[in-house]
Amino acid sequence: MTNILEKIQQTISSNDVVLYMKGTKDFPQCGFSAAVVHVLKTLGANFHDVDILRDAEVRQGIKEYSDWPTIPQLYIKGEFIGGCDIVKEMFQSGELQELLKAKNIIN
Amino acid sequence: MPIAQNKLEQLLQENFPDAQITVTALVADDNHYSVKIIDKIFAGKTRVEQHKMVNSALKEILGDVLHAMQLSTSAN
Repeated sequence: MTNILEKIQQTISSNDVVLYMKGTKDFPQCGFSAAVVHVLKTLGANFHDVDILRDAEVRQGIKEYSDWPTIPQLYIKGEFIGGCDIVKEMFQSGELQELLKAKNIIN
Repeated sequence: MPIAQNKLEQLLQENFPDAQITVTALVADDNHYSVKIIDKIFAGKTRVEQHKMVNSALKEILGDVLHAMQLSTSAN
């Protein structure tokens, strides 16, 4: 399990925006994952997607890494932002746009 | 094994005694709820920290008797 946590750490630190999700950004396999993909695409934010359905170790490891029980999970500049409910709420309030701008990820 | 709405409300109220709690059934199956909690103890905490507090209070039932919960928390 140590290796998988290191692998997750590396993925998160080498990409500005990472979404752990069910399916891919082009073919989400779950409505909650699809909702977060939609928000990020709407904001024009580039992101790296990790399909946890393709890797049982990552699927378990990511929950341990963040101490968060559900997928999707969004990370921005190494920080865990939240799952679907939090991302939608931050998008609706404008906080997510501000955060992405402040981190120079969108204009 | 689902949980009745009043049982869920009671469990939340026991864990967050000063909070204003609204529970709404998303589907009438005692299994899918939307939960909104407003509590001063959330002040100064990130959303992730706030949600973790709720998840930990519901640890015994989350994913088991409670299948899906849409959660929204705030300090005011």
